[in-house]
Amino acid sequence: MSAVSVRDITVAFEAVRVFNGLSLDFEEGEFIVLLGPSGCGKSTLLNAIAGLLDISEGQIWIGGQNVTWEEPKDRGIAMVFQSYALYPRMSVRENMSFGLRMAKTPEPEIERRVNQAAELLQISHLLDRRPDQLSGGQRQRVAIGRALVRDAAVFLFDEPLSNLDAQLRNELRVEIKRLHARLGKTTMIYVTHDQIEAMTLADKIVVMKEQRIQQVGSPSEIYRRPANMFVAGFVGSPQMNFIKGKIENSGSGPIFVSGQRRLPLHGYEFTGAPISGQEAVLGVRPEHLEVVEVGAWPGFRVDIIEPMGADTVIWCSDNDGSLQVRTSGNTRTSLGEQLALGIDAAQVSLFDSQSGERL
Amino acid sequence: MTAVVPQGRRPKHITIGRIGIYVFLISAALFFLLPLWIMVVTSLKPMEEIRLGNILALPSMLTFDAWSKAWSSACTGLECNGISVGFWNSVRILIPSVILSIAAGAINGYALSLWRVRGANLMFGILLLGAFIPYQVFLYPLVRIFSMTGIYNSLLCIVIVHVIFGLPTMTLLFRNYYAGLPIELFKAARIDGGGFWTIFFRVMLPMSTPMIVVAAILQVTGIWNDFIFGLTFAGRENLPMTVQLNNIVHSTQGERAYNVDMAATMLAALVPLAVYFVSGRWFIRGIAAGAVKG
Repeated sequence: MSAVSVRDITVAFEAVRVFNGLSLDFEEGEFIVLLGPSGCGKSTLLNAIAGLLDISEGQIWIGGQNVTWEEPKDRGIAMVFQSYALYPRMSVRENMSFGLRMAKTPEPEIERRVNQAAELLQISHLLDRRPDQLSGGQRQRVAIGRALVRDAAVFLFDEPLSNLDAQLRNELRVEIKRLHARLGKTTMIYVTHDQIEAMTLADKIVVMKEQRIQQVGSPSEIYRRPANMFVAGFVGSPQMNFIKGKIENSGSGPIFVSGQRRLPLHGYEFTGAPISGQEAVLGVRPEHLEVVEVGAWPGFRVDIIEPMGADTVIWCSDNDGSLQVRTSGNTRTSLGEQLALGIDAAQVSLFDSQSGERL
Repeated sequence: MTAVVPQGRRPKHITIGRIGIYVFLISAALFFLLPLWIMVVTSLKPMEEIRLGNILALPSMLTFDAWSKAWSSACTGLECNGISVGFWNSVRILIPSVILSIAAGAINGYALSLWRVRGANLMFGILLLGAFIPYQVFLYPLVRIFSMTGIYNSLLCIVIVHVIFGLPTMTLLFRNYYAGLPIELFKAARIDGGGFWTIFFRVMLPMSTPMIVVAAILQVTGIWNDFIFGLTFAGRENLPMTVQLNNIVHSTQGERAYNVDMAATMLAALVPLAVYFVSGRWFIRGIAAGAVKG
């Protein structure tokens, strides 16, 4: 039995129909991240699961029950929003207990749950303040606290960290991960456009684009074996290098050829049998290129050097175009320097140049 | 010539343009204050002094007789009980009308902006259309409807009329305000289990103070200044102050008592005047919020 199951749903916005029979299953205790650029439908999907948006076709199951027609409060969910959405005229304590008071929970029980959640999030000293007396990070903690006291089986996060500055974002990200580990069996569904958040938090990532699911997989699968060029380009920073060329069969196996550049593809796992002469795009992550004395691809010139502390990104080009190479932060190079690049064929991705699908 | 080194606050120069602006502003202020001045000084003069014709002069013999006469013994036709009767009538009309129209507008605006009511936009459009139809068009049909139901010429009747005609503006005001709030607040409240009324009373209404103040200002001044609805629907027993003021000014026996007329007018204007003075800042906000009402 899966914790959350979305079955063949379609959402109609007046004349526009989105999803057209989208299905997804999430296991109990999983941390799922819905990842995609803005407008890809990830928030719409989350709102549909929450019951804040009516679906026109299909079913939604939570905890083994068909909740398609249930009100949001009866779905056993809790939700955290990007804008915190704290009730401005209530104290932190009242904010956190609002849902329990609505559900007519006995007073001592409310007290106990609020205090427990506040302690967990280290906001006990803020309980009597109003939201406008809190900083952004504190507000989001309160919002998470308000979700926690509901004791829900499923947590929904709608870009909860997007309004925070970089440092707080990192801090709260770790906190959310810790919370998930501590709550054990709680399923979390988290919407974001930030691939770092997706990679660091998720057990399973769902990459979406234009209301369609592009790939579902573990962060490592998404990163190492992207299903298509969109996923490959969207995940990873600096971006994956794409090189247009074609596949040729030689005596010793398939070879990728692009102008002067040639790459024997032994070690690459094709999804189907490679066709000689097929137009293809080679995807290489910057860290899978390496600067060597004598290498497969000689004749590169250094254009730009971006030191990032732990590592350095070198932009270098030959007559066929420019590539980004991620090297150790200790690397010493200077502009205009000539160098050769080495590639491990087992680490690359190959895509059909027409459909963009992985070969 | 010693060169001045620019430092610190930039020196202010008086230019011709600036003088022009002040001259214009002061004369505009005088233009609008003049009637008020004439009314105040005239109401404080005895008739002998008024007959001299120096309408701008300060009273040489200060007297409040005209004010007390206007309040308690000026004649509105056959009865001579002053404008106080009208004042209390207006208060009796004002209080329920203001409270009910704001409540109705707030609920309407809340339902239209946050709950996806089927056909919400169409309903709102029709409601707004109502605001553009001249009131005169409604008078006769409404009189017929009210007399058929038997409540014509009563306090209830005039209150209902004010609530109905306040609805478009009040709805617009609150709809725009609620539509400007983050929708996530409403979503959070729904997940917390609030229903239509709980969310309205516990989350939305506590946040609506600024709009309630603005709505109250608009409705208090609008309803207090109303003449035609009061005359048509309130009935003889409940005629509002504006109608009685008109009667006082027009029922003259012999000499026209200018000082009493002026005092009565000042008394009638007192409530809107006080509202403007107390709440100028909020009033401008109300106009900026898109609700301009004459």
